[in-house]
Amino acid sequence: MSNLLEIQGLHKKYGKKTALNDINLSIEPGHIIGLLGPNGSGKTTLIKIICGLLQPTGGSVLVDGNPVGPKSKAIVSYLPDRTYLDESMTVGSAIDMFKYFYDDFDEKRAEEMLSSLNIDPKNKIKTLSKGNKEKVQLILVMSRKAKLYILDEPIAGVDPAARDYILRTIISNFEPSASLIIATHLISDVEPVLDEAIFLQDGNIRLYKPIDDIRVENGKSVDALFREVYRC
Amino acid sequence: MPWNLNSDAPIFVQIIDHLQTDIISGLYKPGDKLPSVRDLAAEAGVNPNTMQKALSDLEATGLVHSERTSGRFITEDDNMIKNMRISLVDVQIENFFKSMEKLGFTKEEILKLVKQYTDKKN
Repeated sequence: MSNLLEIQGLHKKYGKKTALNDINLSIEPGHIIGLLGPNGSGKTTLIKIICGLLQPTGGSVLVDGNPVGPKSKAIVSYLPDRTYLDESMTVGSAIDMFKYFYDDFDEKRAEEMLSSLNIDPKNKIKTLSKGNKEKVQLILVMSRKAKLYILDEPIAGVDPAARDYILRTIISNFEPSASLIIATHLISDVEPVLDEAIFLQDGNIRLYKPIDDIRVENGKSVDALFREVYRC
Repeated sequence: MPWNLNSDAPIFVQIIDHLQTDIISGLYKPGDKLPSVRDLAAEAGVNPNTMQKALSDLEATGLVHSERTSGRFITEDDNMIKNMRISLVDVQIENFFKSMEKLGFTKEEILKLVKQYTDKKN
């Protein structure tokens, strides 16, 4: 089986500052991976390079065998860490836009999720609360039938009950041929849903392991290990 | 409602314990079909790969078995379930005695206290 994401010798500098330093990473299909690290460790930089929003200083990124470009972007579904939708649009017209933009968009799935979370498609996005805005964007991104989902801080502003619903939806809609990368600080919430974790530190991969291996080797949760490794 | 998983033991081990309890308590009857990996994973709130691993391990004990195309089933062997139940009794009693001994009670005192407790309940 070929890797869904293959990163070799990737580095990125902002001027003199090194953001990523020789990242090598292979991700197979069928996994839910937590991208974990303290603020400024390079999570968002790495994600933006995979999505083609930043140019790396060196190294290579292949998504399902394709270099970053139109072909890779067609199979990557990305949730950025901030809003990019036009706030004067209604939720329904955002759905129409996604349907128009992405061949793999499943309108029915999006509508089902909106109604489960009690969001009226007729509402304008700017009238929604912060948490509901986040839910709408997450629904849009998860309603695509992509191969690689990349979620940057997806549930930070969402209440615990909706968080459970979202995580459950991710599990039950998850295709074995796809993989999902979640960058988050809310480790204990997502930990049971993950099967692997990547720890980033100062632009390097410090650890990349299955969750249960981490628990067996350290006798503690990934959340507890994180707090120990990155103790300030 | 996700299953109540604690944070330090490996998740697949806790899933196995949970399913064993469900089988022993009779929530699943001998010969019952288990829900699919994906449904069980969504119910438990865990990664489907982790659920898959737990079920394969449970299969190795013989408590569940899979039919190639139709899914996974609980064993029809009543004795096996009974034995599993008895082995869990030992674990529970041992834990109880350990924590009581930590509090400074002797075995005889513990037995007496248990008797008093059940008499009072009745």
